[in-house]
Amino acid sequence: MTSLDITDLHYSYPDGHQALHGVNLSVSEGERVALLGPNGAGKTTLVLHLNGILPAPNMPGAQGSVTVGGLKADPRDRAALAEIRRRVGLVFQDPDDQLFLPTVREDVAFGPANLGLKGAELDARVDDALAWVGMTEVKDRAPHHLSLGQRRRVAVATVLAMDPQLLVLDEPSSNLDPQARRELAEILLNLPVTMLMVTHDLPYALQLCERSVILDEGRIAADGPTREILSDTALLAKHRLELPFGFTPLATTP
Amino acid sequence: MGAGHAHAMYVHQHSLVHHLAPEVKIAAALAFTVVVVATPRERVAVFGAYAVIILALAVLSRIPALWLAKRCLIELPFVATALLLPFFAAGPKTTVLGMSLAVEGLWGGWNILIKGTLGVLIALTLAATTLPRDLLVGLDRLKAPQAITQIAMFMLRYLEVLADEARRMRIARLSRLDDPRFLWQVKGFATGLGSLFIRSYERGERVFLAMRSRGYTGRLPAALHAETLGSARQWAAGAIVPVLAAAILIIWGYA
Repeated sequence: MTSLDITDLHYSYPDGHQALHGVNLSVSEGERVALLGPNGAGKTTLVLHLNGILPAPNMPGAQGSVTVGGLKADPRDRAALAEIRRRVGLVFQDPDDQLFLPTVREDVAFGPANLGLKGAELDARVDDALAWVGMTEVKDRAPHHLSLGQRRRVAVATVLAMDPQLLVLDEPSSNLDPQARRELAEILLNLPVTMLMVTHDLPYALQLCERSVILDEGRIAADGPTREILSDTALLAKHRLELPFGFTPLATTP
Repeated sequence: MGAGHAHAMYVHQHSLVHHLAPEVKIAAALAFTVVVVATPRERVAVFGAYAVIILALAVLSRIPALWLAKRCLIELPFVATALLLPFFAAGPKTTVLGMSLAVEGLWGGWNILIKGTLGVLIALTLAATTLPRDLLVGLDRLKAPQAITQIAMFMLRYLEVLADEARRMRIARLSRLDDPRFLWQVKGFATGLGSLFIRSYERGERVFLAMRSRGYTGRLPAALHAETLGSARQWAAGAIVPVLAAAILIIWGYA
Protein backbone atom coordinates (compact mmCIF):
# COMPACT_ATOMS: atom_id res chain seq x y z
CA MET A 1 0.00 0.00 0.00
CA THR A 2 1.20 3.49 -0.80
CA SER A 3 1.97 5.60 2.23
CA LEU A 4 3.00 8.76 0.44
CA ASP A 5 2.26 9.82 -3.10
CA ILE A 6 3.54 13.07 -4.58
CA THR A 7 2.60 13.90 -8.17
CA ASP A 8 3.94 16.75 -10.26
CA LEU A 9 4.52 19.08 -7.34
CA HIS A 10 5.47 22.66 -8.22
CA TYR A 11 6.09 25.46 -5.78
CA SER A 12 7.37 29.03 -5.95
CA TYR A 13 8.02 31.20 -2.96
CA PRO A 14 6.16 34.54 -2.84
CA ASP A 15 9.39 36.30 -3.85
CA GLY A 16 9.26 34.42 -7.18
CA HIS A 17 12.01 31.93 -6.42
CA GLN A 18 10.87 28.56 -7.73
CA ALA A 19 11.87 25.78 -5.36
CA LEU A 20 10.08 22.73 -6.77
CA HIS A 21 9.85 21.98 -10.48
CA GLY A 22 7.53 18.98 -10.68
CA VAL A 23 8.43 16.42 -8.05
CA ASN A 24 7.10 12.87 -8.37
CA LEU A 25 7.68 10.48 -5.51
CA SER A 26 5.88 7.47 -4.14
CA VAL A 27 6.75 5.72 -0.87
CA SER A 28 5.23 2.38 0.13
CA GLU A 29 4.21 1.47 3.63
CA GLY A 30 7.09 0.30 5.80
CA GLU A 31 9.75 1.69 3.46
CA ARG A 32 12.65 3.77 4.72
CA VAL A 33 13.72 6.32 2.12
CA ALA A 34 16.62 8.77 2.26
CA LEU A 35 16.10 12.11 0.54
CA LEU A 36 19.53 13.29 -0.56
CA GLY A 37 20.51 16.53 -2.19
CA PRO A 38 22.80 19.51 -1.94
CA ASN A 39 21.97 22.65 0.02
CA GLY A 40 19.28 24.67 -1.68
CA ALA A 41 17.90 21.71 -3.62
CA GLY A 42 14.40 22.21 -2.24
CA LYS A 43 14.51 19.47 0.41
CA THR A 44 13.04 21.55 3.22
CA THR A 45 10.40 23.01 0.91
CA LEU A 46 9.40 19.50 -0.10
CA VAL A 47 9.26 18.37 3.52
CA LEU A 48 6.95 21.27 4.44
CA HIS A 49 4.58 20.08 1.71
CA LEU A 50 4.28 16.63 3.24
CA ASN A 51 1.97 17.73 6.02
CA GLY A 52 0.37 20.67 4.28
CA ILE A 53 2.28 23.50 5.98
CA LEU A 54 2.97 24.56 2.41
CA PRO A 55 1.37 25.69 0.22
CA ALA A 56 -0.77 28.31 1.88
CA PRO A 57 -4.35 28.43 0.54
CA ASN A 58 -4.77 30.18 -2.84
CA MET A 59 -1.08 30.43 -3.47
CA PRO A 60 -0.11 31.14 -7.06
CA GLY A 61 2.69 28.93 -8.32
CA ALA A 62 1.54 25.93 -6.29
CA GLN A 63 0.60 22.90 -8.37
CA GLY A 64 0.39 19.15 -8.05
CA SER A 65 -0.76 16.99 -5.20
CA VAL A 66 0.44 15.29 -2.03
CA THR A 67 -1.47 12.24 -0.83
CA VAL A 68 -0.80 10.58 2.51
CA GLY A 69 -2.35 7.15 3.07
CA GLY A 70 -5.00 7.91 0.45
CA LEU A 71 -5.88 11.32 1.88
CA LYS A 72 -5.12 14.32 -0.32
CA ALA A 73 -3.65 17.45 1.29
CA ASP A 74 -5.86 20.38 0.35
CA PRO A 75 -4.91 23.74 1.89
CA ARG A 76 -8.57 24.71 2.09
CA ASP A 77 -9.78 21.53 3.83
CA ARG A 78 -8.79 22.07 7.46
CA ALA A 79 -10.16 18.76 8.76
CA ALA A 80 -8.17 16.79 6.19
CA LEU A 81 -5.09 18.86 6.99
CA ALA A 82 -5.39 18.06 10.69
CA GLU A 83 -5.57 14.36 9.90
CA ILE A 84 -2.57 14.65 7.56
CA ARG A 85 -0.58 16.39 10.28
CA ARG A 86 -1.37 13.51 12.58
CA ARG A 87 -0.31 10.95 9.98
CA VAL A 88 2.93 12.72 9.05
CA GLY A 89 5.33 13.39 11.91
CA LEU A 90 7.91 16.06 11.06
CA VAL A 91 11.07 16.14 13.14
CA PHE A 92 12.80 19.46 12.52
CA GLN A 93 16.55 19.77 12.29
CA ASP A 94 17.03 21.97 15.35
CA PRO A 95 15.39 20.42 18.43
CA ASP A 96 15.21 23.91 19.95
CA ASP A 97 12.69 24.76 17.24
CA GLN A 98 10.64 21.73 18.09
CA LEU A 99 10.77 21.68 21.88
CA PHE A 100 9.11 24.84 23.11
CA LEU A 101 7.41 23.92 26.38
CA PRO A 102 8.99 24.13 29.84
CA THR A 103 9.23 20.36 30.41
CA VAL A 104 9.84 17.32 28.22
CA ARG A 105 6.60 15.72 29.38
CA GLU A 106 4.48 18.69 28.29
CA ASP A 107 6.24 18.90 24.97
CA VAL A 108 5.65 15.24 24.16
CA ALA A 109 2.02 15.67 25.28
CA PHE A 110 1.49 18.73 23.07
CA GLY A 111 0.75 16.86 19.83
CA PRO A 112 -1.57 14.18 21.23
CA ALA A 113 -3.32 16.80 23.40
CA ASN A 114 -4.01 18.75 20.21
CA LEU A 115 -5.61 15.56 18.91
CA GLY A 116 -7.98 15.71 21.88
CA LEU A 117 -6.39 13.09 24.14
CA LYS A 118 -6.38 13.67 27.87
CA GLY A 119 -5.92 12.06 31.26
CA ALA A 120 -4.54 8.53 31.52
CA GLU A 121 -4.68 8.00 27.76
CA LEU A 122 -2.50 11.07 27.19
CA ASP A 123 -0.04 10.00 29.91
CA ALA A 124 0.23 6.55 28.33
CA ARG A 125 1.03 8.08 24.93
CA VAL A 126 3.74 10.23 26.47
CA ASP A 127 5.28 7.31 28.36
CA ASP A 128 5.21 5.05 25.30
CA ALA A 129 6.80 7.67 23.04
CA LEU A 130 9.56 8.41 25.54
CA ALA A 131 10.17 4.70 26.05
CA TRP A 132 10.65 4.22 22.29
CA VAL A 133 13.50 6.70 22.28
CA GLY A 134 14.86 5.65 25.69
CA MET A 135 14.23 9.04 27.29
CA THR A 136 11.83 8.07 30.07
CA GLU A 137 14.11 9.34 32.80
CA VAL A 138 14.21 12.94 31.50
CA LYS A 139 10.42 13.31 31.50
CA ASP A 140 10.33 16.12 34.04
CA ARG A 141 13.47 17.96 32.94
CA ALA A 142 13.55 21.16 30.94
CA PRO A 143 14.51 20.68 27.26
CA HIS A 144 17.30 23.26 27.42
CA HIS A 145 19.04 21.27 30.15
CA LEU A 146 19.46 18.21 27.92
CA SER A 147 22.33 17.39 25.58
CA LEU A 148 21.76 17.79 21.84
CA GLY A 149 21.53 14.02 21.39
CA GLN A 150 18.91 13.78 24.11
CA ARG A 151 16.97 16.73 22.73
CA ARG A 152 16.90 15.18 19.28
CA ARG A 153 15.58 11.92 20.72
CA VAL A 154 12.90 13.82 22.63
CA ALA A 155 12.02 15.67 19.42
CA VAL A 156 11.46 12.29 17.76
CA ALA A 157 9.27 11.30 20.72
CA THR A 158 7.12 14.44 20.32
CA VAL A 159 5.94 13.20 16.92
CA LEU A 160 5.89 9.49 17.81
CA ALA A 161 3.34 10.42 20.49
CA MET A 162 0.96 11.37 17.68
CA ASP A 163 1.13 7.81 16.33
CA PRO A 164 2.26 8.83 12.83
CA GLN A 165 2.20 6.64 9.74
CA LEU A 166 5.06 8.49 8.13
CA LEU A 167 8.02 9.84 10.06
CA VAL A 168 9.93 12.63 8.31
CA LEU A 169 13.32 13.54 9.74
CA ASP A 170 15.28 16.62 8.67
CA GLU A 171 19.02 16.01 9.04
CA PRO A 172 18.67 13.74 12.08
CA SER A 173 22.40 13.11 12.46
CA SER A 174 23.66 16.69 12.15
CA ASN A 175 25.97 17.87 14.94
CA LEU A 176 25.68 14.64 16.91
CA ASP A 177 28.74 12.96 18.36
CA PRO A 178 29.44 9.48 16.95
CA GLN A 179 27.87 7.68 19.88
CA ALA A 180 24.69 9.77 19.89
CA ARG A 181 24.53 9.31 16.12
CA ARG A 182 24.71 5.53 16.44
CA GLU A 183 22.20 5.43 19.31
CA LEU A 184 19.74 7.46 17.26
CA ALA A 185 20.25 5.09 14.31
CA GLU A 186 19.43 2.10 16.53
CA ILE A 187 16.27 3.82 17.76
CA LEU A 188 15.17 4.74 14.24
CA LEU A 189 15.82 1.23 12.92
CA ASN A 190 13.51 -0.19 15.59
CA LEU A 191 10.58 2.11 14.88
CA PRO A 192 7.75 0.36 13.03
CA VAL A 193 6.88 3.32 10.80
CA THR A 194 7.47 4.43 7.24
CA MET A 195 10.35 6.86 7.22
CA LEU A 196 11.59 9.63 4.98
CA MET A 197 14.96 10.98 6.05
CA VAL A 198 16.46 14.17 4.65
CA THR A 199 20.23 14.06 4.98
CA HIS A 200 23.70 14.88 3.69
CA ASP A 201 25.12 12.08 5.80
CA LEU A 202 25.47 9.41 3.12
CA PRO A 203 26.75 6.59 5.40
CA TYR A 204 23.75 7.25 7.62
CA ALA A 205 21.46 6.93 4.61
CA LEU A 206 23.13 3.62 3.74
CA GLN A 207 22.77 2.34 7.29
CA LEU A 208 19.11 3.32 7.73
CA CYS A 209 17.45 3.39 4.33
CA GLU A 210 17.26 0.70 1.69
CA ARG A 211 16.14 3.25 -0.90
CA SER A 212 17.43 6.73 -1.72
CA VAL A 213 16.23 9.56 -3.92
CA ILE A 214 18.30 12.55 -4.98
CA LEU A 215 16.53 15.88 -5.15
CA ASP A 216 18.33 18.61 -7.08
CA GLU A 217 17.08 21.90 -8.45
CA GLY A 218 13.55 21.04 -7.43
CA ARG A 219 13.37 17.71 -9.27
CA ILE A 220 13.95 14.07 -8.41
CA ALA A 221 17.24 13.35 -10.16
CA ALA A 222 17.72 9.73 -9.14
CA ASP A 223 15.75 7.04 -7.34
CA GLY A 224 17.03 3.58 -6.46
CA PRO A 225 18.61 1.28 -3.87
CA THR A 226 20.88 3.32 -1.62
CA ARG A 227 23.90 1.14 -2.23
CA GLU A 228 23.64 1.55 -6.01
CA ILE A 229 23.16 5.29 -5.80
CA LEU A 230 26.10 5.74 -3.45
CA SER A 231 28.30 3.61 -5.71
CA ASP A 232 27.66 5.86 -8.69
CA THR A 233 30.41 8.44 -8.17
CA ALA A 234 29.57 10.37 -11.31
CA LEU A 235 25.94 10.73 -10.26
CA LEU A 236 26.92 11.90 -6.77
CA ALA A 237 29.43 14.41 -8.13
CA LYS A 238 26.85 15.82 -10.53
CA HIS A 239 24.56 16.65 -7.59
CA ARG A 240 27.17 17.98 -5.19
CA LEU A 241 27.08 14.90 -2.96
CA GLU A 242 30.25 13.35 -1.58
CA LEU A 243 31.11 10.28 0.40
CA PRO A 244 33.34 10.78 3.44
CA PHE A 245 37.03 10.16 2.86
CA GLY A 246 37.86 6.47 2.75
CA PHE A 247 34.23 5.32 2.72
CA THR A 248 33.19 2.75 0.11
CA PRO A 249 29.54 1.71 0.19
CA LEU A 250 30.29 -1.69 -1.37
CA ALA A 251 32.59 -2.66 1.47
CA THR A 252 30.02 -2.16 4.24
CA THR A 253 27.27 -4.58 5.12
CA PRO A 254 24.12 -3.15 6.60
CA MET B 1 26.24 24.50 27.97
CA GLY B 2 26.72 25.82 31.45
CA ALA B 3 23.09 26.82 31.76
CA GLY B 4 21.97 27.22 35.35
CA HIS B 5 19.56 24.56 36.50
CA ALA B 6 18.01 26.58 39.31
CA HIS B 7 15.19 29.05 39.03
CA ALA B 8 16.24 32.47 40.24
CA MET B 9 13.12 33.19 42.24
CA TYR B 10 12.00 29.78 43.44
CA VAL B 11 12.87 28.41 46.88
CA HIS B 12 12.65 24.64 46.73
CA GLN B 13 10.75 23.49 49.80
CA HIS B 14 7.78 21.33 50.64
CA SER B 15 5.32 23.37 52.63
CA LEU B 16 1.59 23.98 52.78
CA VAL B 17 2.05 27.14 50.75
CA HIS B 18 4.18 25.43 48.11
CA HIS B 19 1.52 22.77 47.59
CA LEU B 20 -1.39 25.17 47.11
CA ALA B 21 -2.68 25.34 43.53
CA PRO B 22 -1.05 28.27 41.69
CA GLU B 23 -4.32 30.00 40.77
CA VAL B 24 -5.28 30.06 44.48
CA LYS B 25 -1.99 31.70 45.42
CA ILE B 26 -2.16 34.28 42.64
CA ALA B 27 -5.70 35.28 43.57
CA ALA B 28 -4.80 35.46 47.28
CA ALA B 29 -1.70 37.60 46.64
CA LEU B 30 -3.69 39.94 44.41
CA ALA B 31 -6.51 40.30 46.95
CA PHE B 32 -4.02 40.93 49.75
CA THR B 33 -2.32 43.65 47.70
CA VAL B 34 -5.66 45.33 47.01
CA VAL B 35 -6.42 45.38 50.75
CA VAL B 36 -2.98 46.88 51.48
CA VAL B 37 -3.44 49.60 48.88
CA ALA B 38 -6.93 50.40 50.19
CA THR B 39 -5.62 51.03 53.72
CA PRO B 40 -5.46 54.70 54.86
CA ARG B 41 -1.81 55.68 55.24
CA GLU B 42 -2.21 57.03 58.77
CA ARG B 43 -3.07 53.60 60.20
CA VAL B 44 0.48 52.59 61.01
CA ALA B 45 -0.53 49.76 63.36
CA VAL B 46 -2.66 48.15 60.63
CA PHE B 47 0.37 48.00 58.32
CA GLY B 48 2.24 46.40 61.21
CA ALA B 49 -0.42 43.72 61.39
CA TYR B 50 -0.08 43.07 57.63
CA ALA B 51 3.67 42.71 58.04
CA VAL B 52 3.08 40.11 60.76
CA ILE B 53 0.80 38.16 58.38
CA ILE B 54 3.48 38.08 55.67
CA LEU B 55 6.12 37.13 58.20
CA ALA B 56 3.97 34.24 59.40
CA LEU B 57 3.47 33.21 55.77
CA ALA B 58 7.22 33.32 55.10
CA VAL B 59 7.91 31.19 58.17
CA LEU B 60 5.21 28.73 57.10
CA SER B 61 6.74 28.47 53.61
CA ARG B 62 10.26 28.14 55.07
CA ILE B 63 11.68 30.99 53.02
CA PRO B 64 15.03 32.12 54.48
CA ALA B 65 14.82 35.68 55.86
CA LEU B 66 18.06 36.69 54.14
CA TRP B 67 16.69 35.50 50.80
CA LEU B 68 13.62 37.71 51.26
CA ALA B 69 15.72 40.69 52.36
CA LYS B 70 18.05 40.42 49.35
CA ARG B 71 15.23 40.12 46.82
CA CYS B 72 13.56 43.17 48.42
CA LEU B 73 16.35 45.32 46.97
CA ILE B 74 14.39 45.46 43.73
CA GLU B 75 12.28 48.06 45.52
CA LEU B 76 15.18 50.53 45.85
CA PRO B 77 14.23 52.90 42.98
CA PHE B 78 10.84 53.41 44.60
CA VAL B 79 12.44 53.96 47.98
CA ALA B 80 14.48 56.75 46.42
CA THR B 81 11.30 58.45 45.20
CA ALA B 82 9.74 58.02 48.62
CA LEU B 83 12.78 59.61 50.28
CA LEU B 84 12.69 62.62 47.97
CA LEU B 85 9.03 63.43 48.58
CA PRO B 86 9.46 65.04 52.06
CA PHE B 87 11.95 67.51 50.60
CA PHE B 88 9.94 68.62 47.61
CA ALA B 89 6.27 68.44 48.64
CA ALA B 90 4.42 71.69 49.38
CA GLY B 91 2.40 72.47 52.50
CA PRO B 92 3.07 72.74 56.26
CA LYS B 93 6.63 71.90 57.35
CA THR B 94 8.07 70.12 60.34
CA THR B 95 11.68 69.94 61.53
CA VAL B 96 13.51 66.63 61.86
CA LEU B 97 17.24 66.59 62.77
CA GLY B 98 17.50 70.22 61.72
CA MET B 99 15.96 69.60 58.28
CA SER B 100 12.76 71.23 57.25
CA LEU B 101 10.46 68.53 55.84
CA ALA B 102 6.94 68.75 54.44
CA VAL B 103 4.39 66.86 56.56
CA GLU B 104 2.38 65.96 53.46
CA GLY B 105 5.58 64.71 51.82
CA LEU B 106 6.48 62.59 54.83
CA TRP B 107 3.11 60.88 54.75
CA GLY B 108 3.33 60.53 50.98
CA GLY B 109 6.78 58.95 51.22
CA TRP B 110 5.66 56.62 54.01
CA ASN B 111 2.64 55.64 51.94
CA ILE B 112 4.78 54.60 48.95
CA LEU B 113 7.38 52.92 51.13
CA ILE B 114 5.09 50.76 53.27
CA LYS B 115 2.63 49.79 50.55
CA GLY B 116 5.45 49.10 48.10
CA THR B 117 7.33 46.97 50.61
CA LEU B 118 4.29 44.92 51.55
CA GLY B 119 3.43 44.45 47.87
CA VAL B 120 6.96 43.34 47.04
CA LEU B 121 7.00 40.96 50.01
CA ILE B 122 3.78 39.22 49.04
CA ALA B 123 4.92 38.99 45.42
CA LEU B 124 8.23 37.49 46.55
CA THR B 125 6.43 34.97 48.73
CA LEU B 126 4.34 33.98 45.72
CA ALA B 127 7.42 33.67 43.51
CA ALA B 128 9.35 31.73 46.13
CA THR B 129 6.62 29.14 46.53
CA THR B 130 5.50 28.75 42.91
CA LEU B 131 7.53 27.58 39.90
CA PRO B 132 7.44 30.02 36.95
CA ARG B 133 5.58 27.56 34.78
CA ASP B 134 3.01 26.94 37.51
CA LEU B 135 2.46 30.69 37.74
CA LEU B 136 1.57 30.63 34.04
CA VAL B 137 -0.71 27.66 34.54
CA GLY B 138 -2.41 29.56 37.35
CA LEU B 139 -2.81 32.70 35.24
CA ASP B 140 -4.25 30.58 32.47
CA ARG B 141 -6.79 29.01 34.82
CA LEU B 142 -7.74 32.46 36.07
CA LYS B 143 -8.66 33.17 32.44
CA ALA B 144 -5.80 35.54 31.71
CA PRO B 145 -5.66 36.17 27.93
CA GLN B 146 -3.93 33.21 26.25
CA ALA B 147 -1.84 35.48 24.05
CA ILE B 148 -0.16 36.86 27.16
CA THR B 149 0.36 33.55 28.97
CA GLN B 150 1.71 31.97 25.78
CA ILE B 151 4.16 34.80 25.21
CA ALA B 152 5.33 34.52 28.82
CA MET B 153 5.69 30.76 28.42
CA PHE B 154 7.83 31.17 25.31
CA MET B 155 9.96 33.69 27.15
CA LEU B 156 10.48 31.18 29.94
CA ARG B 157 11.56 28.53 27.47
CA TYR B 158 13.67 30.58 25.07
CA LEU B 159 15.35 33.10 27.34
CA GLU B 160 18.17 30.69 28.07
CA VAL B 161 18.46 29.59 24.44
CA LEU B 162 18.75 33.24 23.43
CA ALA B 163 21.19 34.10 26.21
CA ASP B 164 23.27 31.13 25.13
CA GLU B 165 23.24 32.30 21.54
CA ALA B 166 24.25 35.80 22.62
CA ARG B 167 27.06 34.34 24.71
CA ARG B 168 28.38 32.30 21.79
CA MET B 169 28.24 35.32 19.49
CA ARG B 170 30.11 37.38 22.04
CA ILE B 171 32.83 34.76 22.47
CA ALA B 172 33.18 34.53 18.69
CA ARG B 173 33.56 38.31 18.55
CA LEU B 174 36.12 38.39 21.32
CA SER B 175 38.03 35.59 19.59
CA ARG B 176 38.45 37.92 16.65
CA LEU B 177 39.96 40.55 18.90
CA ASP B 178 36.89 42.67 19.45
CA ASP B 179 37.54 44.44 22.75
CA PRO B 180 34.61 46.72 23.46
CA ARG B 181 35.49 48.75 26.53
CA PHE B 182 34.44 52.20 25.45
CA LEU B 183 31.21 53.58 24.13
CA TRP B 184 32.59 54.26 20.64
CA GLN B 185 33.52 50.60 20.30
CA VAL B 186 29.96 49.49 20.75
CA LYS B 187 29.37 48.78 17.06
CA GLY B 188 30.09 45.04 17.22
CA PHE B 189 27.75 44.65 20.16
CA ALA B 190 25.00 46.66 18.48
CA THR B 191 25.12 44.75 15.21
CA GLY B 192 25.28 41.54 17.23
CA LEU B 193 22.05 42.57 18.89
CA GLY B 194 20.53 43.19 15.47
CA SER B 195 21.46 39.78 14.16
CA LEU B 196 20.27 38.18 17.39
CA PHE B 197 16.90 39.82 16.77
CA ILE B 198 16.76 38.50 13.21
CA ARG B 199 17.77 35.04 14.38
CA SER B 200 15.11 34.98 17.10
CA TYR B 201 12.55 36.16 14.58
CA GLU B 202 13.47 33.35 12.21
CA ARG B 203 13.53 30.87 15.06
CA GLY B 204 10.05 32.03 16.02
CA GLU B 205 8.89 31.20 12.53
CA ARG B 206 10.44 27.72 12.67
CA VAL B 207 8.98 27.05 16.13
CA PHE B 208 5.57 28.05 14.80
CA LEU B 209 5.91 25.67 11.84
CA ALA B 210 6.93 22.86 14.17
CA MET B 211 3.94 23.59 16.41
CA ARG B 212 1.54 23.65 13.48
CA SER B 213 2.97 20.33 12.32
CA ARG B 214 1.76 18.89 15.59
CA GLY B 215 -1.74 20.23 15.21
CA TYR B 216 -1.49 23.64 16.91
CA THR B 217 -4.43 25.84 16.03
CA GLY B 218 -3.83 28.87 18.24
CA ARG B 219 -4.77 27.55 21.67
CA LEU B 220 -2.69 25.36 23.92
CA PRO B 221 -4.58 22.15 24.66
CA ALA B 222 -6.13 22.24 28.12
CA ALA B 223 -5.15 18.61 28.73
CA LEU B 224 -1.51 19.71 28.99
CA HIS B 225 -1.95 20.89 32.57
CA ALA B 226 -5.05 19.18 33.85
CA GLU B 227 -3.56 18.07 37.17
CA THR B 228 -3.87 19.66 40.63
CA LEU B 229 -6.76 22.02 40.07
CA GLY B 230 -7.45 24.12 43.17
CA SER B 231 -10.03 22.31 45.31
CA ALA B 232 -12.62 24.11 47.43
CA ARG B 233 -10.46 23.38 50.49
CA GLN B 234 -7.42 24.94 48.80
CA TRP B 235 -9.41 28.02 47.89
CA ALA B 236 -10.60 28.27 51.49
CA ALA B 237 -7.03 27.95 52.78
CA GLY B 238 -5.78 30.51 50.27
CA ALA B 239 -8.53 32.93 51.27
CA ILE B 240 -7.31 33.05 54.89
CA VAL B 241 -4.57 35.61 54.16
CA PRO B 242 -6.60 38.26 52.27
CA VAL B 243 -9.68 37.74 54.46
CA LEU B 244 -7.62 38.21 57.61
CA ALA B 245 -6.08 41.37 56.15
CA ALA B 246 -9.50 42.67 55.10
CA ALA B 247 -10.89 42.01 58.58
CA ILE B 248 -8.03 43.96 60.14
CA LEU B 249 -8.65 46.79 57.69
CA ILE B 250 -12.39 46.95 58.41
CA ILE B 251 -12.04 46.70 62.20
CA TRP B 252 -9.05 49.02 62.75
CA GLY B 253 -8.38 50.73 59.44
CA TYR B 254 -11.61 52.66 59.03
CA ALA B 255 -12.58 52.92 62.68
